[in-house]
Amino acid sequence: MSATPAHAGLVLEGVSVRLDGAPLFKIDCHIPPGQILTIMGESGSGKSSLLDFVAGFLRPVFEATGRVILNGEDLTHVPAPERHIGLMFQSPLLFPHMSVLQNLLFAIPPAIKSRSERRQLALQALDDVGLAGFSDRDPATLSGGQQTRVALMRTLLAEPKALLLDEPFSSLDQNRRADVRDLVFRLARKNHLPVLLVTHDAEDGAAASGMTHYLNKEQGGGCSTFKQPRVVSGDQ
Amino acid sequence: MPQSTGRPDIPTVLIVTLLTGPVLAGLMGTILPAFGYLPVLGYHSISPEPLVALLRTPGLMASVALSFGTGLIASILSLAIVLIFTAGWSGTRTFERLTRFLSPLLSVPHAAAAIGLAFLIAPSGFLVRLVSPWATGFERPPDVLILNDPMGITMTLGLVAKEVPFLFLMTLAALNRPHIRDYYKAGASLGYGRMSTFFKLVLPQVYPLIRLPMLAVIAYATSVVDVAQILGPTTPAPLAPRLVAWMNDPDLTKRLMASAGALLQLLVSALALLVYLVLERLVSAWQAARFASGHRRRRDGFARLAGLLPMVLIVALMTASIGLLGIWTVAKSWWFPAALPQRWSFERMLDAFGVGGHALFATLAIAVLAAGIATALTLWLLEARSYRKLSARSRVNTIVFLPLLMPQISFLFGLQMLFLLGGLSGTFEAVLLAHLIFVFPYAYLALSDPWHRLDPRYAKAAASVGASRMRIFWQIQLPLLLRPVLVTFAVAAAVSVGQYLPTLMIGAGRIVTVTTESVALASGGNRQVAALYALLQLVIPLAGFILAALVPSLAFRNRAAMRLER
Amino acid sequence: MNRLLTAVFAVFTTLLIPIDASAQSQAWEDVLGDAKGQTVYFHAWGGEPRINAYIQWAAREVERAYGVRVVHVKISDTANVVSQVLAEKSVGKETGGAVDLIWINGENFASMKENGLLASAGWAETLPNWAYVDIENKPTVKIDFTVPTDGQESPWGMAKLVFMFDSTRISEPPSTLAGLLDYAKRNPGRFSYPQPPNFFGTTFLKQVLADTVANKDVLSRPVDEATFDETVAPLFAFLDDLHPNLWRQGQAFPKNAADMRQLLADSELDIAFSFNPGDASGAIANGELPETVRTFVFDGGTIGNTHFVAIPFNSSSQAGAKVYANFLLSPMAQTRKQEPEIWGDPTVLNVAALPANEKALFDAMDLGPATLSPEDLGPVLPEPHPSWVSALEEAWIARYGAGSE
Repeated sequence: MSATPAHAGLVLEGVSVRLDGAPLFKIDCHIPPGQILTIMGESGSGKSSLLDFVAGFLRPVFEATGRVILNGEDLTHVPAPERHIGLMFQSPLLFPHMSVLQNLLFAIPPAIKSRSERRQLALQALDDVGLAGFSDRDPATLSGGQQTRVALMRTLLAEPKALLLDEPFSSLDQNRRADVRDLVFRLARKNHLPVLLVTHDAEDGAAASGMTHYLNKEQGGGCSTFKQPRVVSGDQ
Repeated sequence: MPQSTGRPDIPTVLIVTLLTGPVLAGLMGTILPAFGYLPVLGYHSISPEPLVALLRTPGLMASVALSFGTGLIASILSLAIVLIFTAGWSGTRTFERLTRFLSPLLSVPHAAAAIGLAFLIAPSGFLVRLVSPWATGFERPPDVLILNDPMGITMTLGLVAKEVPFLFLMTLAALNRPHIRDYYKAGASLGYGRMSTFFKLVLPQVYPLIRLPMLAVIAYATSVVDVAQILGPTTPAPLAPRLVAWMNDPDLTKRLMASAGALLQLLVSALALLVYLVLERLVSAWQAARFASGHRRRRDGFARLAGLLPMVLIVALMTASIGLLGIWTVAKSWWFPAALPQRWSFERMLDAFGVGGHALFATLAIAVLAAGIATALTLWLLEARSYRKLSARSRVNTIVFLPLLMPQISFLFGLQMLFLLGGLSGTFEAVLLAHLIFVFPYAYLALSDPWHRLDPRYAKAAASVGASRMRIFWQIQLPLLLRPVLVTFAVAAAVSVGQYLPTLMIGAGRIVTVTTESVALASGGNRQVAALYALLQLVIPLAGFILAALVPSLAFRNRAAMRLER
Repeated sequence: MNRLLTAVFAVFTTLLIPIDASAQSQAWEDVLGDAKGQTVYFHAWGGEPRINAYIQWAAREVERAYGVRVVHVKISDTANVVSQVLAEKSVGKETGGAVDLIWINGENFASMKENGLLASAGWAETLPNWAYVDIENKPTVKIDFTVPTDGQESPWGMAKLVFMFDSTRISEPPSTLAGLLDYAKRNPGRFSYPQPPNFFGTTFLKQVLADTVANKDVLSRPVDEATFDETVAPLFAFLDDLHPNLWRQGQAFPKNAADMRQLLADSELDIAFSFNPGDASGAIANGELPETVRTFVFDGGTIGNTHFVAIPFNSSSQAGAKVYANFLLSPMAQTRKQEPEIWGDPTVLNVAALPANEKALFDAMDLGPATLSPEDLGPVLPEPHPSWVSALEEAWIARYGAGSE
């Protein structure tokens, strides 16, 4: 692929989150498109707060400084729905009152108006992850791996510009885990999305084959190596 | 990211005004006359005269003691029955079955329940008739004091029968949260008995959610009017019904004294709340000391049985009372000791439907509007506050529950004056507004917990795919909460239907509901008609609860995860 | 069918009456004109379905004949309505009050009159049907509890205290107050009276007072604080004697007359009382009392009075209210009211002086099995001055209603 512009990707600039005055962590990072940054840390080290800050859900009890910049645009004060940052949780969180297809349709941007086109997109997405024919199913009847795949496609159909993954594979059993993980990473790279992966499974980090950052509250806990983007491996 | 600035959001301001405005204004309208100031009636000076007159009233202390005692004992008894039953039986088939019985009982208005109970347990009532004369030898009803006993025992029983379903459903809602089952498993795996597990592991977690409803029950029970009028003592009566009588006395000076009495009522209810809070502390300290004791109490069979009995008894009493109301509606003549009417007549029932149709429609219109507005406002408030990420427990909660923690009569008199001054008295809108003040807190009580329990990640997931705030609310949050929203609507409608004093005082008699009709008819001696109207009071709330149960099952019949209570 | 014809005829005669060529008839025409299209909120006790049905019937008749819509506001206590009008006056609501017509008498009337809550004096005596009212033989139609009505309320019906009993349980009912006490002592727990300040309970107190007081004249005057205790001493001596033998030993009381009648029907009580001599017959006709119930009065007479309808000062439908009040006074409405299965409430009209057709309606009426004939109803004891009501109530509550402290 062509050279990425210097400002492309997700930049966390001097991000620091405090709770009741006590610092949780500090981080300084640049994730270029198609790259995966794996964040690891103890329970309570602030992994969820970091994701909340990047996605725009941080509660006011936390004090945060620093900026979130996506493809050169400062998102720090942009409301969550306008950030175009896709989010995947530990559990797939398919909306239980909708069918599989409705879950996907919900995510497709309104700019695509044609009903048939929207439907086509959603069906294609299902097909892409090997779930053709599941469109009218009740999400509760799908297996864990199937649900995660639908959740992934729901996230991608919204045309995000970055992906945040909050231990999305932890609820899957060993066999499925590798398959689903590869699928997620493959699609993220294919879409040139910068990915922030939070996990405490070292295997996830290894599979991401990118940089791994250990979150802690020590000063200068940044991943400065990322400031100069370099191709790590496996980019097409 | 939306920031919580110092500027409060619109729904918070709106609701705080809606609730505190009338309550405070009403309270002022009570306090001033209590100190002898009521210029419109020609009382211009501040004086202790009304208070002195109040304190000189014969039997005042007895009335105060009755209000305090019956209210507090009935409330604590109700909570004990609910908790012991829940501790012993939660998760069993018996529990499920009784739950199904108790939920509709919540829709029975207080007055209707009291009327039915009176038919059942009076010396000439159904129970005595069932066993007379063949077993008791009674050809005539025995002259035994059961109803209106001077100690208020029957009244306490009536209050317990009515408050148990309410507290039970509140407890049920509190237990309906993730991981509660795991605590039961944890307790059992550590060798604790079912009841010990509940009291040591589960209750401490869910009690904070039951606490506010419990306080509302105490405030209500210590100042109840309609149940006291039907089942309570009269020599003397508890404070609240006496206040209403003074307020309605054609003698003007009694109105000042009634206002002073209303302040006393406020004090009595506040004292009852205080005593309860102290008791609560003591019990929790005692309980905390026992956490570490390691007693497992695995053999709790007897305690469980003791917990089951009162609950079954209450369900049986309430069901029988309502059944009895049903029989009375078609009974023309029913002489003692016959167990069934001698002469039946459907005429009067049909008559009443003709005459009562108008009242039923007015009741329905007010209930649907009040419940609809209250539910919508609650959703608005919850959505706005969670959007701005304000904490769930805050001062707003205290304000929302203000109308529930203060006896109605302590500010209703003043409120009536206010509406009169504003030229609103007797209008549909005024009654609707008055209902809203009392309906909204219950709507908030019913909905705020399900709202806060809704996994916030659904909203995040929706936002992360670009859904707007409106879209998240209408397409994700509202459908996910459809069941609790409908239950809230039904609860709110039931509360509206049950309002007697606000309808009467603010409606100036022009707004006639089945409840005002029912109390007017209960003042006569015709049981057939009294029973009929008591049942009519039940129709709307019951319909609401049935709809709340049916609609979600129909709407989500193909969605497995939505069938679970959430 | 016959009844229907006479009824239709009666409507016509009521319509025809104002054709006296006088200024008054022109004034009445004006009232009828103003009344057309008005809505009258009639606040009246709603505890008795038969009375409610009667009010409903009269409302239909008036709407058909005069285009006046009457809405019955069913209330449980007339004092509430007085309080309502009072509240309106106190906030300066001079027109468009919630109450247009109120069923009233005695203490409530006195209170409204004293506080200037009633429409201006004299209107009642301008009603065309006032001409039939029995002013001569029924003095209480103009003097309500010793207070002159001044035409501020229009008579509706006559009340007289009568006692009801089941003839299968009592063969020879008592005929004096002493006899009643004697009966209660021999049959403890089978007599009671509604708890004052209920109207009927207070009436029982007044009856006992009238029977026991040394000098009856003091009752027609306002209460004298100085001599009150002495005057009522015999009353409370009697009650002290009676109470241990009361139903529930006097620890609980029937709520009101209707509740007391229900207790008679339930055989909890042997004797109940009513202010309506036709009540027992009406209740029998409606299956609310056994057919064996009969009525008795005391030889020395029982308390009697008249009940009225009054118009509050701030009603905006005064013309409509007058038209309805006038209709209630019409011979047709009065006969219907007296029929036991309709209501059984005695007329305020002078039946003997009525035109032949209307008189025939009354003469043909069957008063029912349990109603005493006018001759057997005995003498009427006048109501004491209204000030006695609250004085007696307060004394009673202090003595029996305040618990043991």
